[in-house]
Amino acid sequence: MGIRERLSGNEAVATAMKQINPDVVAAFPITPSTEIPQYFSTFVSNGQVDTNFVAVESEHSAMSACIGSESAGARTMTATSANGLSLMWEMIYIASSLRLPIVMSLVNRAVSGPLNIHNDHSDAMGARDSGWIQLFSENNQEAYDNTIMANRIAEHKDVQLPLMVCQDGFITSHSIENIELIEDDKVKNFVGTYNPEHYLLDKENPIAVGPLDLQAYLFEHKTQQAIAMKNAKKVILEVSEEFEKMTGRKYGLFEEYKLDDAEYVIICMNSTAGTAKATADELRNEGIKAGVLKVRVFRPFPGEEIAKAVSKAKAIAVLDKADSLNGQGGALYEDVVSGMYNEKLSIPTVNYVYGIGGRDTTTKDIRTVYNDLMKLEDKPANPYRYLGLRGDK
Amino acid sequence: MENLIEIRWHGRGGQGAKTASLLLADAAFNTGKYIQGFPEYGPERMGAPITAYNRISNTPITIHSNIYEPDYVVVVDDTLLETVDVAAGLKSTGAIVINTTKDNDYLKNVLKNYNGEIYKIDARQISVDALGKYFPNTPMLAAIVKVSKIMTDEEFLNDMIGSFKHKFAKKPEVIEGNMKALEMALKQIEKVN
Repeated sequence: MGIRERLSGNEAVATAMKQINPDVVAAFPITPSTEIPQYFSTFVSNGQVDTNFVAVESEHSAMSACIGSESAGARTMTATSANGLSLMWEMIYIASSLRLPIVMSLVNRAVSGPLNIHNDHSDAMGARDSGWIQLFSENNQEAYDNTIMANRIAEHKDVQLPLMVCQDGFITSHSIENIELIEDDKVKNFVGTYNPEHYLLDKENPIAVGPLDLQAYLFEHKTQQAIAMKNAKKVILEVSEEFEKMTGRKYGLFEEYKLDDAEYVIICMNSTAGTAKATADELRNEGIKAGVLKVRVFRPFPGEEIAKAVSKAKAIAVLDKADSLNGQGGALYEDVVSGMYNEKLSIPTVNYVYGIGGRDTTTKDIRTVYNDLMKLEDKPANPYRYLGLRGDK
Repeated sequence: MENLIEIRWHGRGGQGAKTASLLLADAAFNTGKYIQGFPEYGPERMGAPITAYNRISNTPITIHSNIYEPDYVVVVDDTLLETVDVAAGLKSTGAIVINTTKDNDYLKNVLKNYNGEIYKIDARQISVDALGKYFPNTPMLAAIVKVSKIMTDEEFLNDMIGSFKHKFAKKPEVIEGNMKALEMALKQIEKVN
């Protein structure tokens, strides 16, 4: 029946990592994810895990150490945020192209500059094309649950890709909330032991890792990564179903909140989805058919599935917590509308960039979006908009 | 979010307003509630104005934003009264609780735009009497529990003994003083208007 607790998002992820007991954790501290390696190193010092904790001197080294240990055949985890992920840049592509199922806790924060330590999704969006699976989490419970499921998904033989579990910096990482934890032995059984097919320390079957790969093969190898990413969708659903049997908590590629008969739909990720649900409840009480679609799996992107889920809507708003600075719209918006185009859906859809650098987003803000949707024209004049921006939009 | 209660804490860095908000969340959690406890992170330095928040409900809480229309406000340092609009958005059906020795006329005047109930408590004196040191957060925690009626005095005191035993496992000598501070605060809180 689970254990009733109250933890911050960072405590929740550190607790999941303790229960997973990975072989190696290599990390360098950065706000707002610092507490994760901090708490975890305490578990190491107290002998609560057998993990080899590698305190490195930078995030580039953290990811390099993760690549080394995962190549050797060790289950490996790390945590970072924003500029920490930026410094890993070279190595995150190497991790995914070497097909190393490293699991990262990414506590989302604005990438500098100017310097800002607060939440937006610019770090995760920067890595959206790096070949990592990306799961997003509304609250501490989902950050915990996604972390428990992460190794199983990443290590699956049809996937073998690194995976990042995202949550909102400070908003959930530093907020104490109720959570239901899973018993240690159940987590241990669920996660299982890691048995990689090929690894460097397998002396009976020697392999080379990361050799030169030119015109003759790189294209094919990249396509194999793309196929693995497509395969991940099915594996995520299978692992989530097994997780539901253990905990009763249901997870899909996305969550549909009052979507069945919804006329006005907001699509968003992470903690804002909770605020949007509360707003949809308010509007439902006023007789307005509002709904929310919360994207959990951003990579691989469930474009077709999302399009089908919103096919009956009258108007849709996609909320991006990162500005792609491309003159066209945010990353989530572009992926949603391309999915809708493939399904021949022509529902009026607009994009709101919001919450940049930790700008607070309230139910009142979300209500203005629903209000806009209720009077949205067939061909919106300006589909690339801002929410909560001071002054002229 | 049935019976949702929203609380905003105003204090200065180092006075323990954040810790008090987390202790309140703990106490409410232990009586079976759904809770949120979170500070608003800014430049962290001793003495700078800081804000922390609580949401407490009988059902799961999904809102993730700061609180702009609180049911209750706790002011841990009365020097903030003239520099921060501590009553901003405060519901007139709620109340504000202030750690102060100022007289009632001053408090009513400085909060003249607020129509709800005002309470005051001398958390400094209680803290010094009970603990020998100035830790205003313990008496202020008791004061907000009393005013908001989140739980009964008995539930609160029983729960806090457990919390302090856990929190001060390595300094058990301070548990008695902290409990005394809570009990004194529950008795000494005074309605201003």
